[in-house]
Amino acid sequence: MSLVLYRIDDRLIHGQVVVGWGQRLGIGFIVLVDDGVRANVWEQELYRMGVPPAIDVVFTGVGEAAGRAAEWAADPRKGILLTGDVETMAAVCAALPEVRQVNVGGIHAREGRTERLRYVFLTEAEAARLKALADRGVEVTAQDVPTARPVPVAELL
Amino acid sequence: MSERLTGVVVAHSELAASLLAAVSAIAGDDTGLVAVSNTGCDRGALLAGLDAAIGGRPAVVFTDMAGGSCAFTAAALARGRGDVRVVTGVNLAMLVDFAFHRDLPVAEAAQRAVETGRTAVGLVGK
Repeated sequence: MSLVLYRIDDRLIHGQVVVGWGQRLGIGFIVLVDDGVRANVWEQELYRMGVPPAIDVVFTGVGEAAGRAAEWAADPRKGILLTGDVETMAAVCAALPEVRQVNVGGIHAREGRTERLRYVFLTEAEAARLKALADRGVEVTAQDVPTARPVPVAELL
Repeated sequence: MSERLTGVVVAHSELAASLLAAVSAIAGDDTGLVAVSNTGCDRGALLAGLDAAIGGRPAVVFTDMAGGSCAFTAAALARGRGDVRVVTGVNLAMLVDFAFHRDLPVAEAAQRAVETGRTAVGLVGK
């Protein structure tokens, strides 16, 4: 089945991902693309603790993602690819042309960002990156949990 | 006499504040408990909020889901700090009990909370 959800979520692996989306989609693995976590074994152990044993977690960096795409595509299980920010997801999309949809799941308030949705705050640069993805044909929607309405990127700009 | 423990409940949405209100209704106001919500927080903001709630004091941090952002953040904060312990799966029984046992050493208080919380979960009837 391979990767069925490409999600931006600054909380990375947490309840909405593992329980909300994971149970709904019946996932078997999570790919976390984050250079910081990739380099931190202790953080990896922490994130693994929060995931049921039946779900594998792959920690990878931006530079490695393209080289492992075939491996994930061949996986018979369903998976979620997760990044913590827009920039990393844009890099993933550049490296993996097969990405056709991006889910904005949670980007929280920080200096320089303005509120677009209750769970989406963006700088102008981040908004422009999302628009650029959409302009290249990637369907970008915001949706924190599966039961929520997918909000088209145009409503975030 | 050593400083009495602080308890920090960090949870999704309004759960922590609601639990504290319930504890106060049972045990009175001197519970030593503080509520933190993860609403609107990324990892950095939640870490800062939790750190402020602990305030450098010896503390037991109670989180809701073992695998959630609250638990991850609490574990990250407690790492390397001998005076902070993290208990997941918070429930009302463990908080009420904690309110009356804040003079215990932090490790003992955390262990007691785990055992009290487990004991409180059961199946009623058949």
